Amino acid sequence: MKIVREALAGTLESSDLMVRIAPRAAGLEIVLQSEVIHQFGAQIEAVARETLEKLGVDAAQVIIEDKGALDCVIRARIQTVVRRAADAWTADWSALA
Amino acid sequence: MKLRRSMLFLPGANAAMLSTAFVFKPDSIMFDLEDAVSLREKDAARILVFHALQMPIYRESGMETVVRINPLSSPFGMEDLEAVVRAGVDVVRLPKTDTPEDVHQLEAEVERIERACGREVGSTKLMAAIESASGVINAVPIAMASKRLIGIALAAFDYVMDMQTQRGDGSELYYARCAVLHAARFAKIDAFDAVFSDVNDDEGFLKEVDLIKRLGFNGKSLINPRQIELLHNAYAPTDEEVDYSRRVVAAAEDGEKQGLGVISLNGKMIDAPIIEHARMVLRRAAASGTRK
Repeated sequence: MKIVREALAGTLESSDLMVRIAPRAAGLEIVLQSEVIHQFGAQIEAVARETLEKLGVDAAQVIIEDKGALDCVIRARIQTVVRRAADAWTADWSALA
Repeated sequence: MKLRRSMLFLPGANAAMLSTAFVFKPDSIMFDLEDAVSLREKDAARILVFHALQMPIYRESGMETVVRINPLSSPFGMEDLEAVVRAGVDVVRLPKTDTPEDVHQLEAEVERIERACGREVGSTKLMAAIESASGVINAVPIAMASKRLIGIALAAFDYVMDMQTQRGDGSELYYARCAVLHAARFAKIDAFDAVFSDVNDDEGFLKEVDLIKRLGFNGKSLINPRQIELLHNAYAPTDEEVDYSRRVVAAAEDGEKQGLGVISLNGKMIDAPIIEHARMVLRRAAASGTRK
């Protein structure tokens, strides 16, 4: 899926995260801010990267402000932001599970 | 005994509530994709609830999961349904059910999705929310519309608007409560009362719970976790009721052994409905404990 516009999803409330996405010529750039970055930074980025890869997003800038979200919330917010920023949403529900 | 006393509403777009609400232990947890979600967050809420339904804590807790979808006539309802049936929701709650055809349409779509995703056909249960004069008038055919229906619920906010009145002392809901309850009992399914919205008025809440319990409702929709314990306690039998029920059942079993046609306890005749009620009290006490 190709990211063609900037988009935003999520909130800055506790247990949530805010994700911003923007088009990029090539490659994924993930910028992560989190209060628990030392304990869970690698895990959060891995979940984000895996979710983007499953959606076929290989070029985008993604900025994540994490507020202690569970993995399933991270997946949900990234899928939402891609849905809002993609040229065409082609993923079916089985691809989101 | 499956208890459905408390059905806690959670706004589908709220990540924190979806991640933690299991700690409150309602009998059923209802993720709301309809009125509690703004138009611009419908997509986010749907995806969030899709993932929340698959959290092991909800799958393994024994807590029933319910999702209130948007009406199928809206731009969001069908996609809501696709998401939640595939995610394994226990019960789909249809809002604004006015006719049995609304339930038939929902059932057909649920079955189509079950077949498409390999879920056992019939495993997704349904609940219809009645929110209008039309819904109340059609309560019996709605309650009989599908074998998947586990219950019907009265939703008061839209109903009182349709009736050109407002929430008050409960008299404005009297006919609707009785109609919904009789339809549910006729169809042998559960009946759920509307939310009590003033979360700071415990006295008013308990007064309403006392009324709907005496009428015969299985339980109530809730919007605040604080109301769960109050509700569960009010529905629990007292120690005195349990003690009396034990003596009734013991007397009935004794009488049966002796071949007595008429049984009495402390000089009062005990007939079949009293014995059945006593057994129901004991089942409820075993499932919920006694009142504190």
